[in-house]
Amino acid sequence: MAHAAEHENPLYGVMAEFDSVQALVDASKRAVSAGFTKMEAYSPLPVEELNDIIHKKRTRLSQIVLAGGLTGMATGFAMQYWMSAVSYPMNIGGRPDATWTAFVVPSYELTILFSALAAAIGMFALNGLPQPYHPVFNVERFSLASSDKFFLVIESADPRFDHAGTTRFLGEQGAKGVYDVAA
Amino acid sequence: MANNVHAQARSTAVLEVPVIGPGHDFETVTETVAQIPLSKRTPLGWVFGFLIGFALLMGLQMALGKLLLTGIGIWGNNVPVGWAFDIINFVWWIGIGHAGTLISAILLLFKQQWRMSISRFAEAMTIFAVACAAIFPIFHTGRPWLAAYWLFPYPNTMALWPQFRSPLIWDVFAVSTYATVSIVFWYVGLVPDLATMRDRAVSRVKKVIFGMLSLGWRGSARHWHRYEVASLILAGLSTPLVLSVHTVVSFDFAVSVMPGWHATIFPPYFVAGAIYSGFAMVLTLAIPIRAAYRLDDLITMRHIDNMAKVMLATGLMVGYGYVMEAFYAWYSGSFYERQMMWNRMFGPYGPFYWGLIFVNIGLLQTLWFKRVRENLPLLFVLSLIFNIGMWLERFVIIVTTLARDFVPSSWGMYYPTRWDFLTYFGTIGLFLTLFFLFIRFVPMISMFEVRTLLPQAKVKADHHGGH
Repeated sequence: MAHAAEHENPLYGVMAEFDSVQALVDASKRAVSAGFTKMEAYSPLPVEELNDIIHKKRTRLSQIVLAGGLTGMATGFAMQYWMSAVSYPMNIGGRPDATWTAFVVPSYELTILFSALAAAIGMFALNGLPQPYHPVFNVERFSLASSDKFFLVIESADPRFDHAGTTRFLGEQGAKGVYDVAA
Repeated sequence: MANNVHAQARSTAVLEVPVIGPGHDFETVTETVAQIPLSKRTPLGWVFGFLIGFALLMGLQMALGKLLLTGIGIWGNNVPVGWAFDIINFVWWIGIGHAGTLISAILLLFKQQWRMSISRFAEAMTIFAVACAAIFPIFHTGRPWLAAYWLFPYPNTMALWPQFRSPLIWDVFAVSTYATVSIVFWYVGLVPDLATMRDRAVSRVKKVIFGMLSLGWRGSARHWHRYEVASLILAGLSTPLVLSVHTVVSFDFAVSVMPGWHATIFPPYFVAGAIYSGFAMVLTLAIPIRAAYRLDDLITMRHIDNMAKVMLATGLMVGYGYVMEAFYAWYSGSFYERQMMWNRMFGPYGPFYWGLIFVNIGLLQTLWFKRVRENLPLLFVLSLIFNIGMWLERFVIIVTTLARDFVPSSWGMYYPTRWDFLTYFGTIGLFLTLFFLFIRFVPMISMFEVRTLLPQAKVKADHHGGH
């Protein structure tokens, strides 16, 4: 169904299908060498090399998690101090109201809780998920990207992109098939 | 197996019993796992097992309904034994959950690749076990809907706040954090596999459900990079968390001044016991599932062997705990500590004590033998017995101390009622029901992680001199 309409539709990019991790990694390297900048590789398993080859940038997720953890710890101590020493102090056996040593345990748990939520929500947010629609899903073969096939997409937004030339380039990289991706 | 001439090659072959059967590629691994939830055919064994679980779950509903209508007097615990099944089973279930986190988090940090094919259902086991555990303290409050204001810091009309100096409140924070983080970690681990299910589903309903649950996962290089960092961070966070949870559970006892509870060995002793019983439960589940769904290639004898060894190691730590408890009681010179230990061994609950010693110290030693670790039916029975042994341990620790405290005039016996038993077996029903639903509707083995174990997943290193 994609074939009939694809020429009238604006093009998101061109997609090449590969059979192996190695083929995808090699093709990505050559595409980067050829000067393409706007592209993305898709694989059914994590391949750490691909991010280094294509994006060359590491995620800042760890800073987000650190911020989350510190917030959790501060929340824990502040909440317990305020509740036990300010809002409703209760004299129990003459012990001080601000028994910070006892507050360590809930604060510790809240540190972990906030960090973990920051890690999960941060990862999804940075990845732009949930995202119900994405052009790559227009290609029928792309459903294999979550099982055993590997895909490289060069986007039409790339300054070096030209439809025929990029299609030929991807074909020369040992692709098992090259498809147009409707936007 | 290996007919290699070289002795060295042979010894390597023995060490490297594969974590995945031979002849698999990305597609066969995916198909083996994904067809189980996608198949229209429900195996008869599944229906049978589910019905047992569901029948017990109905028992739980009845027991809790009765409890809410009449009050906690239907349970056998009463002064002086104010804590009994409600905390025994709580500690038992929480402990079982710990193996799931150990497998998914601690073994991930140690780069133990064999964990990959068992981590998903071990984590599911954690979540379901925590749910079962939570039922006991929540319903022990009698009227759980009124209990919220002294369990959680929520602004109530009496302007009261929880007592943060109490280990019981620490427990609320530890266990609720544990439940939340376990669910988050589990769901994050599921997302790429849910995308696989979305792409392989044939029926529209399944496509839509898996599509929504997978959040539009595409498996791009950027996605995977952030995903791997997040997984590592979550594992790094779950590790101190899981150790803290059973530590805090042990504080419920250790922070008190009761003989037999007031001991510094409790936190590590409880954590080791948790992992020991948890691995017993993983084996109890893994051995039949592996046979029923023919997953021998993904859950290999190496997994079974490793799990039995972890059980042996942590079981020995628990055994050390038993010896130390007896030694402390004697060495403390405290009359009450000695009396407590003597009562544990030779008092009215003595047979339970010797039962747990027989199981957790005696029977455990059979795991030293490879022939036992390779005998699946025997290992299955042993794992069940070890779980009973750990249940007895909690029973003995809790009940013997409370039944005979400092003043003989306040001594009393504890006998569980049928409602105690119905609640306990009911939570086993809840656990089984949830677990059977899980194996029917969710991919029970992490497909994307198992794919990384295949030789095809390796990328050749760059040649010298660049590319």
